[in-house]
Amino acid sequence: MTLLSIESVARRFPNGTEALRDATLSIASGDFVALLGPSGCGKSTLLRLIAGLDAPDAGALHWQGGPPGPGEIGVVFQDATLLPWATAEENVWLPLRLRGIPRAEAQPAIHAALARVGLQGFEGARPRELSGGMRMRVSLARALVGRPRVLLMDEPFAALDEFTRHTLQDDLLALWRDTGSTIVFVTHSIYEAAFLARRVVVMTPRPGRIATEITSPLAPVPETRFTPGYGTLVAEITAVLRQSMATA
Amino acid sequence: MSWPPTIAGLLALALWQGAVWATGVPAYLVPGPIAIVQAFLAVPGFLLLSLASTLVVTFTALAVSTVLGVSLAIAITASRWARAAIEPWAVALQVTPIVAIAPLIIAWVGEPFAALVACATIVAFFPIFSSTAIGLASPPPELLDLFRLNGASRWATLRLLRLPAALPYFLAGLRISGGLALVGAVVAEFVAGAGGFASGLAYRILESGYRLQIPRMFAALVLLSLAGIAINTALSTLGRLLLRHRGET
Repeated sequence: MTLLSIESVARRFPNGTEALRDATLSIASGDFVALLGPSGCGKSTLLRLIAGLDAPDAGALHWQGGPPGPGEIGVVFQDATLLPWATAEENVWLPLRLRGIPRAEAQPAIHAALARVGLQGFEGARPRELSGGMRMRVSLARALVGRPRVLLMDEPFAALDEFTRHTLQDDLLALWRDTGSTIVFVTHSIYEAAFLARRVVVMTPRPGRIATEITSPLAPVPETRFTPGYGTLVAEITAVLRQSMATA
Repeated sequence: MSWPPTIAGLLALALWQGAVWATGVPAYLVPGPIAIVQAFLAVPGFLLLSLASTLVVTFTALAVSTVLGVSLAIAITASRWARAAIEPWAVALQVTPIVAIAPLIIAWVGEPFAALVACATIVAFFPIFSSTAIGLASPPPELLDLFRLNGASRWATLRLLRLPAALPYFLAGLRISGGLALVGAVVAEFVAGAGGFASGLAYRILESGYRLQIPRMFAALVLLSLAGIAINTALSTLGRLLLRHRGET
């Protein structure tokens, strides 16, 4: 079932930069879509349009069941952006708190979200006591706690070391399998897109536009990394990116 | 307490006393440390009462500066119009030398205590105001987006994000303002002292000067320095306590 259809949206910034031209994309409920491309290809702009933080100059976004209300969109940024003065539990409570849900009532959801990202027992820890990977997990739990209709992730693992990144990718995949969340994931890593996403949307810069879309034939499990199919998909995406960059 | 400053200080005092003894310079020109301590011990209550009077002005000014500085910082963060209206005047007030306007303020305000507090506040207000304003604007845009996506009101954003984010900035400003409030109080007392109504330490310094009680003048000066150091230490300890849970994140 289509959750969101994006119809030929365009966005030009006041400084004249054409960030996005004629982008059309539909996202099904339970989809895992990667927006892949180099810097300046408009992937973050597209994400902000989906989030409703920015409005398109042309085109439209149609949501199944109306545009999302407060708290119906979960976001994870490149930095964990936690409140440094608050504990993990208080950080995860934040989206619910902003919607007026008292702590006691939110407790079960907070604990479930922290357990979901493997952080049970760290409820009282403050950000400075956690590693970069654990902070990102808290950030993920904060995005999940309100059961959003869609989870938007903007290069969330780009600042982490490779080992931590692999673990978090595995865990995100497991989370997606188990919960059936809809995820839109912005990345500039071909490997990351190929491993995680069910659909890889390839974008090109100047102006930002959608070049093509590749459906992944791979199984959403950690072992996929070691299969020949993974290498083939990475090669296929690389070829498509090169070709579209050359013609752009 | 760390040892190097203590040792260096004691050494300097010993040299000073030694030089005074060696040269035989009279106490009304340069009193030695011993003469200064004796001058204090001769009238300890008198000087300590004066110190208390100066400190009351200092802390009142610091409290007024805090309330005023934080409220105006919130106002300029909330409204572009308020920023345009307030900021240039705050800067103008900050760059105006207090000695130049203190006589006017003392003449206009009339009530001595209020006049002293007004002068000290003018000096102490700016660091709290400007650091708090920077702190209120410090949360990263991603966090502001997150608040927006969850339907946070401006009040909720202020209370749960901007104010806590501004706390370290406010405390840094408060520490500077603490020292400045004391300076402002002393300057105001000097000016007011010439007008004949004051009982603070600065007035004791003036008075001892007129009467050539130079050791007492030095004793008052030492008390002022100690008060300044104590205020600074107390405010940095307060800052460390309030921020002990935070990291760099």
